[in-house]
Amino acid sequence: MELQAVLMAAGGGSRMPDLTYNTPKPMLPVGNKPLMWHPLNLLERVGFEEVIVITTKEVQKMMSTDPKMKDVKMKLDVVCIQEDGDMGTADALRHIQQKIKTDVLVVSCDLITDVALHEVVDLFRAHNATLAMLMSKAHDFTETVPGQKGKKKTGEQRDFVGVDQSGKRLLFMANEADLEDGLSIRKSIMRKHPRMHIKTGLVDAHLYCLKKAVVDFLADNKSISSIRGELLPYLVRKQFSKTTNCPKSKDDADDQTQKTADGSTNSTELLICSRDEPLLQLAQERSCWNDHRGDMSEAYHGGKLRCYVHIMDQGLCYRVNTLAAYIEANRLASKLLEEPAVHPSAVISERCQMGPDSIIGAQCQVADKTSIKRSTIGNSTTVKEKVKVTNSIIMHGVTIEEGCNIHGCVICSNAVIGRGADLKYCLVGNGQQIEAEGKHRLVSRF
Amino acid sequence: TRDGLCNTDDIERSKTEGKELTKEEKQRLRKEKKQQKKNKEKNDEKTSHEGEKKKNKKKKEEQPAGSASQPPAQPSPKAVPAPAPPPPAAAAVPVPASEAPAPADKPAKSKADLKAERRARQEAERASKGKKGDVGQPAPTGKLKAPPSELQPVVKRLPEHVQVDNPEVVKKLAKKLERQQIPLRSDYGYKVSLFSHLHQYSRKAPLTQQLGIPSTVIHPAIVRLGLQYSQGIVAGSNARSVALLHAFQQVIRDYTTPPNEELSRDLVNKLKPYISFLNQCRPLSASMGNAIKYIKKEISNIPSQCKEEEAKIKLLNCIERYINEKIVLAAKAIAKYSIEKISDGDVILVYGCSSLVNHILCEAFEKKRKFRVIVVDSRPRLEGREALRRLVQKGISCTYVLISAVSYILPEVSKVFLGAHALLANGYVMSRVGTSQIALVAKAFNVPVLVCCETYKFCERVQTDSFVSNELDDPDDLIVTRKGKTQLEHWQKVPSLGLLNLVYDVTPPDFVDLVITDLGMIPCTSVPVVLRVKNVDQ
Repeated sequence: MELQAVLMAAGGGSRMPDLTYNTPKPMLPVGNKPLMWHPLNLLERVGFEEVIVITTKEVQKMMSTDPKMKDVKMKLDVVCIQEDGDMGTADALRHIQQKIKTDVLVVSCDLITDVALHEVVDLFRAHNATLAMLMSKAHDFTETVPGQKGKKKTGEQRDFVGVDQSGKRLLFMANEADLEDGLSIRKSIMRKHPRMHIKTGLVDAHLYCLKKAVVDFLADNKSISSIRGELLPYLVRKQFSKTTNCPKSKDDADDQTQKTADGSTNSTELLICSRDEPLLQLAQERSCWNDHRGDMSEAYHGGKLRCYVHIMDQGLCYRVNTLAAYIEANRLASKLLEEPAVHPSAVISERCQMGPDSIIGAQCQVADKTSIKRSTIGNSTTVKEKVKVTNSIIMHGVTIEEGCNIHGCVICSNAVIGRGADLKYCLVGNGQQIEAEGKHRLVSRF
Repeated sequence: TRDGLCNTDDIERSKTEGKELTKEEKQRLRKEKKQQKKNKEKNDEKTSHEGEKKKNKKKKEEQPAGSASQPPAQPSPKAVPAPAPPPPAAAAVPVPASEAPAPADKPAKSKADLKAERRARQEAERASKGKKGDVGQPAPTGKLKAPPSELQPVVKRLPEHVQVDNPEVVKKLAKKLERQQIPLRSDYGYKVSLFSHLHQYSRKAPLTQQLGIPSTVIHPAIVRLGLQYSQGIVAGSNARSVALLHAFQQVIRDYTTPPNEELSRDLVNKLKPYISFLNQCRPLSASMGNAIKYIKKEISNIPSQCKEEEAKIKLLNCIERYINEKIVLAAKAIAKYSIEKISDGDVILVYGCSSLVNHILCEAFEKKRKFRVIVVDSRPRLEGREALRRLVQKGISCTYVLISAVSYILPEVSKVFLGAHALLANGYVMSRVGTSQIALVAKAFNVPVLVCCETYKFCERVQTDSFVSNELDDPDDLIVTRKGKTQLEHWQKVPSLGLLNLVYDVTPPDFVDLVITDLGMIPCTSVPVVLRVKNVDQ
């Protein structure tokens, strides 16, 4: 087997507490399908037949009852972990180490993308890389986020990503938070790759191809708890570290000192460096190819640990971890899905004006003289007469009484919007009731 | 005994003159023999001719040649199946054994006994023929190639990869690939009319686009290899062969024989779609073809009673041995011979990046010969830069020029060392495009041209020009961007413009003074001799 897929669906959605209050993030509806359905669909389309899903018991229960999840034809091997266990993604990988028999493709449950996955996997295959990941140029979310007064400062700190001239080899990765007083780049990197492009406006899609040796390495190094936060920068740094590039005989001498310094055994670090068999070495020696030119080194500078990145400049790639991203993803969901926008079982009256990029879920009832534009309406929702819904996301089981005007809102499941209510950029939580004739702007109601 | 049966003039003539029979004569012969046989069966069923009839039938089934080689060929059909797997051989052995004593015993037995004996022998032969037909057949037809092949209508089958403009051939290929579940790679861009019979692929459209991830039909090592070929990460005939054999090692390691199948047959069938896949990624080189032939032969020669583990270890060792003998040791031997030809004060010209020539020069430098090197390079591959790097790293003093300057620099040169991709049976050298030009100019300046080539790259193909069979690389490689401007960016839109990126060309033997192989230093015209010797060895 070539690759095993692992879906990380235990994350909390800490950046959108309003939405995940009642519904865990992996099951939030996007385009009327649970959020985790989208990466699973991507894997299924590409040809995977089995996926290991790491999630919580709560999500597992919801998965088993959700009809959309039954559409997924792949075999899902669900592994439950404790919700409050504070388990990072790397901890989760360590947890399933016994199941990992070959290289892994780790995907996050909040990734919605139409990337041609072979671009990432080809980098992994062709260069015998230890890591291959996907990134995308970030899009600015222009829509006003409901429930937030004023432009919220993106408290997120920037990621600095350094790539080489071809744009494929990952040379440097750091988050602003980790950089105390400026960005410092080691001389060894500059000597090997004198031209580096440093990019800041990239979105990490959290899609990683990792060699099996990395999973084994994690099992021995229990101090690493997050893939993105700790493992990746470690691997990127390790590409240029002296221990990986020096011949093995020298390392034996350094073994003793390294042990005490790092706290982790040196032998496991060498595990990551791929055991290049002698024939492969011979083939590489005889091959007249080099990945760089201008200096006297052989291909890859003799480095055995290589990290690659595929940067998408066209196409969709969203990580739904903030409210703004969630809204944007819903808007674009109709483009991604191949199903008809209006579910066949929905009852829509003739005098309803529906825009082309709206999605109506199953068993909805939409009455006369309503106008639904650029919105997503969930399953079993009732929309009464003379209602105007624009730019909004209505989840399942919501009742909207007559004459309401809803613009740019997110209304969670089972809420009831009273007659004649006028909501703009509001966020209504699960099961909430908005009183009749209520007029609200930029409010979050729980 | 033979004269009694076949008394046509033709046979007499051919027997006495030793000439090969023409197609019609042989067909006529066959018909006559069949007639005679029918008559005989009617008349002398109980006579002692069943021994000869058996021999006739056997020969008819195995070797439709009614040719003069029958008497001497008689022992060979029996001898030839011997290397085939034991069960058919075991069945075949009693048949010849029983036939041999039969003529001697004939008068002693009664007619009924003879009939029973004959029937028993027929059964055994039929049983053995069933198995032999599958496995033994390739062996005899391989060895006795000349007589049988001349009987069939002489249709030289052109390889598929030079018939791309023939829609039937393309359709057949598509069907074959579909059967093997391999995607078909589509051609890209306008092809120059002289080369429209060859494939032209784009590097930006890899075959993996159409494969599923993770790849289940094709072993991951082969997918990786195919990608490395199509992206040029593994380039150069030696590197490609070594990488291919390494990937086959991994395939063999991960292989398990399905129930009711034999490793010797099933593994070969498993390898066929992989080879098609690799061919789609990048057309196979001659060295790869020879390596594949060797591996297939080794696999089919595995005796069926061999346990799977043993067989696998045996095959892995075969591969290691092959690489060691044909590539590593051959390089050492060639270096030894070449160093005799390099004298102090030499100015050696090399072209492009040949792993063997680089090895030779590095060895010569280590043996303290004093020489300097001129590296000639050409677009779009610019492989000379890599050769330059390796030589300078060793400490050899080098000059670097582009091929356009070769006639300027040649007066300084004392020898030209060229690498080869393959050596063809008529003595032509197939190598990177530009090699024949260098050889031509060197000849004009009376500079000796030495080609270094291992024997495993010798191939039985014959070619006199570079058009008939070649490889077209991605035409977009020719596009260059200078100062932010790409003039050829939209070359596809210009209807009268075609970009041609050839990979190989053939150099006639008149321009090559010496070929240095691991068997020694031979002139170009001795290549067929080497090939013949190789075939006899096998």
